[in-house]
Amino acid sequence: MPYERVLLKNVGLPNSVALETYRRSGGYEAAARALRMRPEEIVELVKQANLRGRGGAGFPAGQKWSFLPPARTITYLCVNADESEPPTFSNRVLIENDPHLLLEGTLIAAYATRAQVAYIYMRGEFTEQFHILQKALDEAYAAGYFGRNILGTSYCLECYIHRGAGAYVCGEETGLIESLEGKRGWPRIRPPFPAVRGIFDQPTVVNNVETLACLPHIFSRGLDWWLSLGTPDSPGTKLYCICGPVRRPGCYEAPLGITARELIYSEDFGAGMLGNKKVKAVFPGGLSAGVLRGDVFPKPPDGHVDATQDWDELDCRLDFDEPRRYGLLGLGTAAAVVVPEDADLRDVLVNVARFFAAESCGQCTQCREGTAWMYKIAQRLRAGAGRPYDLDLLIDITQNMGMSTGLSICGLPDGAAYAIRLLVQKFRAEFEHHLAAQPPDAARRHVTTINPATYDLPLLTGRASFFDAGTMLLPEHLAHSLPTIATPATPALPQEGTSHAHDHH
Amino acid sequence: MSWPAIDRKMVSEEELGPALSEPALAKIRTIFSRYPTRRAALLPALHIAQDEIGYCSLRAMRQIADLLEIPPAAVMDAVTFYTHFWAQPKGRKTITVCRSIACELMGANRLLEALKSKLGIDEHQTTPDGRYSLVTEECLAECDHAPCLMINEKRYKNVRVEDLDRILADPANDRLEIPRSDLYDAPHRGNASAGTPHSKT
Repeated sequence: MPYERVLLKNVGLPNSVALETYRRSGGYEAAARALRMRPEEIVELVKQANLRGRGGAGFPAGQKWSFLPPARTITYLCVNADESEPPTFSNRVLIENDPHLLLEGTLIAAYATRAQVAYIYMRGEFTEQFHILQKALDEAYAAGYFGRNILGTSYCLECYIHRGAGAYVCGEETGLIESLEGKRGWPRIRPPFPAVRGIFDQPTVVNNVETLACLPHIFSRGLDWWLSLGTPDSPGTKLYCICGPVRRPGCYEAPLGITARELIYSEDFGAGMLGNKKVKAVFPGGLSAGVLRGDVFPKPPDGHVDATQDWDELDCRLDFDEPRRYGLLGLGTAAAVVVPEDADLRDVLVNVARFFAAESCGQCTQCREGTAWMYKIAQRLRAGAGRPYDLDLLIDITQNMGMSTGLSICGLPDGAAYAIRLLVQKFRAEFEHHLAAQPPDAARRHVTTINPATYDLPLLTGRASFFDAGTMLLPEHLAHSLPTIATPATPALPQEGTSHAHDHH
Repeated sequence: MSWPAIDRKMVSEEELGPALSEPALAKIRTIFSRYPTRRAALLPALHIAQDEIGYCSLRAMRQIADLLEIPPAAVMDAVTFYTHFWAQPKGRKTITVCRSIACELMGANRLLEALKSKLGIDEHQTTPDGRYSLVTEECLAECDHAPCLMINEKRYKNVRVEDLDRILADPANDRLEIPRSDLYDAPHRGNASAGTPHSKT
């Protein structure tokens, strides 16, 4: 059943970026209606609409706005257009095709929060999109939708586009605020929350592009219509992205709550896999949310949900809460990437681990070191030189990082932890199969190829007597995964250089 | 405010690199009104500087520090954090290959290897003639058109290895088909393909 296109209704129209096209389908009428209401009424309406933030966390937007201190003189609105979570591109589609929808939503949100200045923080990778949005903004200014005395009211709003320069962590709201202030995008410790002390130490609201794009439609079509879409806890329509080796990759709109299987196989969305392959895994909400098992696994008996069993999990409904039952972090960005049956999950693991290692901002130790180590471990697993305890070690690292455990400032390490932990836990059999296929001394050979200097290290003469030569101490509770070795195997390494090794020290 | 005693004496004149022109500095000043603090204009200023000089030279960083009334170290701090800012000269065109998971599943590795061999350079290097620099990026948000790459601002979607020769041979391969906004451009530039020649690899 094809769903009505609401957010995407102008996508595909000729010259859809022009103000003229947008006005023809009722554009800026919702803003005109909103500007006749009092700001508090709008906040109340958005609260009733239970508009949950589309950026990943799913926090209700109306509630976020009501955290602003009532007695305030300056308020800033930041639009988070720093969509960097692979493989998410719904904001790009919106900005590219319907920039005025975002601008109208920005105007409504700014009025509701009584903001005088709105900054649209756009990621540096959005090049063409920046030009499109800036041109649209110029047009909107000329038509009197921004600037002084908007639409004949006393309300004034300045809107500026601020371009980032390539940092995933700036999509985190406090990282975005720091970056806007001209610093490194290092997330701040909360509290104080941005609503109290945000950009330039003033009350600030940060909202995602898609959240704001929903606002004009709630106003023009009414609360009842909005609440009739989706599920009771997650009302409204949502942009879903599907990519990877499917027949029709792209951004599609559906009420919240379609299943991952629909998203991949329905003719309205992904239309099935290329070459009729099966799905091994799918990341249904961006990498950070975690991974579901695909249909190479057997179906669960009558709809049971048990993330510890090797069952097909594609029947997970993609709304804000259901993915948690499968062990995922949440809906995330609702952007799914499909891993086909013939892909090597070790490559996927390396790619995911590299992403988080590259994008960790480096403030918190567990995230900076943890992501880097997970990348190293993933690389040695792919090189066929994994150590028997590596899988347990990966899980151990993920359990010691993240905001939910109170160990980090922002949510980036939570994303890294969920992605990698679920990948290892849910596909452990495949990783163990690869480990078992390694030659017994592969790990030690690998260490000496990537770093020949380890021949000389006195440390190795002690620990290298284990066949899985490593310089990292093994946490005690992981020791059970080590095979018991009665007597340490004698090293079969080439011995040149070792005789004078100790002379250097 | 800057600290002349510490950072004006350590670096030789050549190492400081080119300076920002007066029109570029004037353009940076026009950005100040958008933010309540001057420091907030740092990212736009660096974009303009990089557009004019081709990279963020030490001299430009100092000029920006003076203009924004922050320590030069604060400018360097930002330059080294954001991956799009170059602290050393780059080619006239930057080829950015996406390496995120969707692109990798659709063959971005083959694309990157082919580009490396065609250009004869590795990642983060510049061709000897100063035409191209090659970098990879985590995600360009073109996952539905994977694999993709970007030449300066121009995006190429669903790129196959066979397409590379045609793309590289086109002298205007970084020209956008849509109207550009010059908000983040250096003042003297008319279009995307004109660049400052600087070939120092």
